[in-house]
Amino acid sequence: MAEKISSGSVLFNPFSKNNPVIVQILGICSVLAVTAKLEPAIVMGLSVIVVLAFSNVIISLIRNTIPVNIRIIVQLVVVATLVVVVSQLLQAYAYDVSKQLSVFIGLIITNCILMGRLEAFAMANKPWPSFLDGIGNGVGYAIILVIVGFFRELLGSGTLLGYQVVPEALYEAGYVNNGLMILPPMALIVVACIIWVHRSYNKDLQEK
Amino acid sequence: MNKQSNIYTLIYIIVLVVVAGAALAFTSISLKDRQQANADADKMRQILASVKIYPPSDSIIAEYKHYVDDSYVVNINGEKEEGVDAFGVNVAQETKKAEDVRELPVYVCRLADGTRKYILPLYGAGLWGPIWGYVSIDADGSTIYGAYFAHQGETPGLGAEIEKPAFSDQFGGKELFKGERFLPIAVVKAGQAPNGDEDYVDGVSGGTITSKGVEAMLDNCLKPYARFLEIVGTNKTKQN
Repeated sequence: MAEKISSGSVLFNPFSKNNPVIVQILGICSVLAVTAKLEPAIVMGLSVIVVLAFSNVIISLIRNTIPVNIRIIVQLVVVATLVVVVSQLLQAYAYDVSKQLSVFIGLIITNCILMGRLEAFAMANKPWPSFLDGIGNGVGYAIILVIVGFFRELLGSGTLLGYQVVPEALYEAGYVNNGLMILPPMALIVVACIIWVHRSYNKDLQEK
Repeated sequence: MNKQSNIYTLIYIIVLVVVAGAALAFTSISLKDRQQANADADKMRQILASVKIYPPSDSIIAEYKHYVDDSYVVNINGEKEEGVDAFGVNVAQETKKAEDVRELPVYVCRLADGTRKYILPLYGAGLWGPIWGYVSIDADGSTIYGAYFAHQGETPGLGAEIEKPAFSDQFGGKELFKGERFLPIAVVKAGQAPNGDEDYVDGVSGGTITSKGVEAMLDNCLKPYARFLEIVGTNKTKQN
């Protein structure tokens, strides 16, 4: 790398200024799939942080040996192996969590954030910054997932983490859960609202 | 060495795949026993859930042994088959066979109040993947006591609602026999009723295909038990 980037900015930039979901627009597909409820959103966020950090480190360690022609394949093999190992470990030591995640854990393989960060960062940087980049982007992704999951579960089901939070009295007064919030299109709209709020605070991100 | 040459690329990918394969094989083999134990305990938990017993996760096996005092496999004529371990029967594969060659597991459970329940496994297809469950039936061979449903990947908030008590509790008290006829429970849109005179429950709104899957699963999995349940019911009447 020509320019020196500080560890702090590598770790914290993806939280907001360079957030993978709302600025880089990566990983939108899984945001649609896992955010109808808050709990899978949280667990998915954690799994992505782990897989992204470790695949970044591995790719960074072997980056100088990878033939350019097949680098995407190599990245895929590393990510897929890690995801399967994580899934197996969950099945052995955290069976309940692995059941809740079911198919989502496999979906991490196809998460664009992983390929995006491997290709853009880990291929060109040393292991430690790559690790921080993985953690940072994973957390940035998880934050958005949790925000979207929070609003979708609250407005769509009246619950949070499965506990009823909208009081019965409100239902008796005529309040109804918004069924549309549970359906995938509302995930996109909620993400769009977050992008809107985010950009109006960060004017430098606004396109001319 | 030229890192862009074909030979290097070829050797590189072979080594990579062998290493990745070895790592996966090692993980799989070293964790297999633990995963199997987890899966067995989870199956016991599901069986107990169908009779409304919810043990804490560290005492599932003990509670299962306490309540489920017998399990066996029957055939389409309701006769016990010897030498088959009911717990080990792969219900997923059995449901794909013709009804008359299936091995049909039955778990007999004795509750704290002394009543006897017969627990039957279910397996079918939802919208995105498999769905399964257990249904417990009273000693009269017809009245459903409780039901438990689970799924692999139904949409959270829609089809996935079948695993909630709000859905499965509806099954309590439904009758499988209408007079002499055996009619599995129908799953219909809330507010509607089926064409026949079978008992029915409300499906999940927004989860139509999953609800239909539950209905098809009940139909496919319970029908082969018709004769067995009939025998159970007759024996019960004799005892009285």
